[in-house]
Amino acid sequence: MALLELRDIHKTYHLGGETIRALDGVSLDIDSGEFISIIGPSGSGKSTLMHILGCLDSPTSGTLRLDDTMIHDASSRQLASIRNKKIGFVFQFFNLLPKLTVRQNVELPMIYSGLSGKERRERAITALRRVNMEDRSKHRPSQLSGGQQQRTAIARALVNDPRIIFADEPTGNLDSHTGELILEMFDQLHNEGRTVMLVTHDPEIAAVTPRRIEIRDGKIANEADPTLAGNTPRFEQITNGEAKATT
Amino acid sequence: MNFGTVIQSGIKEIGAHWFRSLLTMFGVICGVASLVTMAAFVKGKENLLRESLAETGGLEKITVESEDDLPDYQKHLEGEARGVTLKDVYALQNGAPMVHDITPSINKSRYRGYLRVSRKGRGARPWMLQGTWPSALEIQEHEIEHGRMFTMMDDLLANNVCVIGTEIRNSLFDEVDDQGETIIPIGERILINYVPFTIVGMFREYMSDEDRKKKEAAKAAGAAEETRSRRNMFSRGADSNTRRTQYIYYQKNNAIMVPLNTLVAKLDSSYETGSVLDRKLSEITMKIDDVSLLSPSLQQVRNVLMRTHKGLEDFEFETQEEFADDITLAIHNERVSGMFIAGICLLIGGIGIINIMLSSISERVREIGIRKSVGATTMDVFTQILIESVVLAVAGGLAGLAISPILVNTLAGLADDTTPPIMTTQAMLIAFGFSALIGSFAGLFPAIKAAKLDPIQALRYD
Repeated sequence: MALLELRDIHKTYHLGGETIRALDGVSLDIDSGEFISIIGPSGSGKSTLMHILGCLDSPTSGTLRLDDTMIHDASSRQLASIRNKKIGFVFQFFNLLPKLTVRQNVELPMIYSGLSGKERRERAITALRRVNMEDRSKHRPSQLSGGQQQRTAIARALVNDPRIIFADEPTGNLDSHTGELILEMFDQLHNEGRTVMLVTHDPEIAAVTPRRIEIRDGKIANEADPTLAGNTPRFEQITNGEAKATT
Repeated sequence: MNFGTVIQSGIKEIGAHWFRSLLTMFGVICGVASLVTMAAFVKGKENLLRESLAETGGLEKITVESEDDLPDYQKHLEGEARGVTLKDVYALQNGAPMVHDITPSINKSRYRGYLRVSRKGRGARPWMLQGTWPSALEIQEHEIEHGRMFTMMDDLLANNVCVIGTEIRNSLFDEVDDQGETIIPIGERILINYVPFTIVGMFREYMSDEDRKKKEAAKAAGAAEETRSRRNMFSRGADSNTRRTQYIYYQKNNAIMVPLNTLVAKLDSSYETGSVLDRKLSEITMKIDDVSLLSPSLQQVRNVLMRTHKGLEDFEFETQEEFADDITLAIHNERVSGMFIAGICLLIGGIGIINIMLSSISERVREIGIRKSVGATTMDVFTQILIESVVLAVAGGLAGLAISPILVNTLAGLADDTTPPIMTTQAMLIAFGFSALIGSFAGLFPAIKAAKLDPIQALRYD
């Protein structure tokens, strides 16, 4: 059974009488332990897709399953709990809380999972050690470089041992060298058996992942899977129409 | 989410903007401090008034006075009206079991008629000369400190004896002699309207507890200072209620009592002849057994008097209930006006908190987005903002409680003639409770607003 299963996901926005189809029938399976990139130009719907996959947003129609939870009809409380325990986010702008220290930032998700102060501290230190940020645990985000901030964000994403990590343009705000280091870190996480999904507009970054999904106009336009047919791009098999027929 | 962590982060959030928080708390601080201060002053006043009510005989005292103005339908019988007489006293003793200590008195005020009290060229200005029975002592809540009260035998024999208040002693003798000893003029002769009287007793000096403390303190410091301050206490009383209370002490200290028969026989040469029982009295005072039975007791007295007066309503009742009602009303009014001011302060404090919380959450939209993305529920965000607001208000409340004793003492020091304030724990608890309540109400709207933020919008927000 796939870790994540999307079937015919639609998402429409209404902006001033105009209907925008951000996602127009996306179906997708993601297995545990995969390293995937979602690529597409801005406005293609890739961010919307990530938000829906990350339980920050719910689809207008379609079904979405993570593990054995049907997410499309979960309550906001359940969604919060899923975000807390099963999902880790890494953002382009790091999104650390400036008033908290590095360690407190990493502890943040555990506050909402109700762990004791002592356990939070121990697990935060372990996660920081994992990203080589242990010695900076008492610093504030403003005292860190971009790469260090992003590593802190990765530690925060890891700390509750999530089923899947989403990274939205994780290198977008970093110089290319630091960006590479961060991508290497995601690769390592993948090698440790974690499921990682990168969202990017940059084909070069997408190239590091074995599986690439291209989004255009709210649809999966193209999926390149190096494990199939010698890395040649091929059209996504499960198209809109077929998905409807099968479900 | 754990409660302690939220409170901790709330305190941290206040500390991060301590100056802004202080300004925000100012309204709550003022509200709480003014509530406590107001309550302290009102409580002080109430105690003083209740004290003075007790000093004048408490609620149990009833006075029957002669009334010259008859009701219209009895106008033609005006010539028959004698007012209250000794006959009434004896009739009440036999016919009104619900009242006791029935005491007749004839009062000679210094304002009406001629009254001169003197000794060796020194004069006194008594508030009132009262010819009465020994039971007046109890009725008027007098206490003999030196000597004795005159007896019924003194009354029967019309002995020239009197009991005086301390102010009379001060005028005729001085308070202390050359050696600094208090003068006790028992056995001394004084002249009342040029008739010699022997002082057989002196009342204790009546003053409020606070004045007594002041006097004791002054005694330690030096006697001269003390005399002046006591003189002042009547002449420049701060407000009507204080003055009223001080007035009662003044009256009691300036009283002279002589036996009823002595007054009639020796001092009132113009007094009418005729039966002793028909003597017109100024008033008859008595006590009722049970305050809750005030109106049936009054009715009983009335029934007896209507009979002795043959239906003529030439008397009227005076009860202390009016005074008690006055006290209740005065206290109520002060409380309401004080609460109003404190309430406005707290309201403004609350609005200040709403304002600052709203601006705080719009500064922290991104933070809220981040918190939601790592798993904070709507409830978590709501609780966090609400608790921050409560912490802010409660901190203001505590600060208000902390400064209120200073405020109370400063105000009491500025006007040393006001009633001494009394700070009560009850008032402090209420004020503190109000601050917490204001905090939670003020936090409600910002907390709902924060909790409703869409995490995606919030994360995109710059």
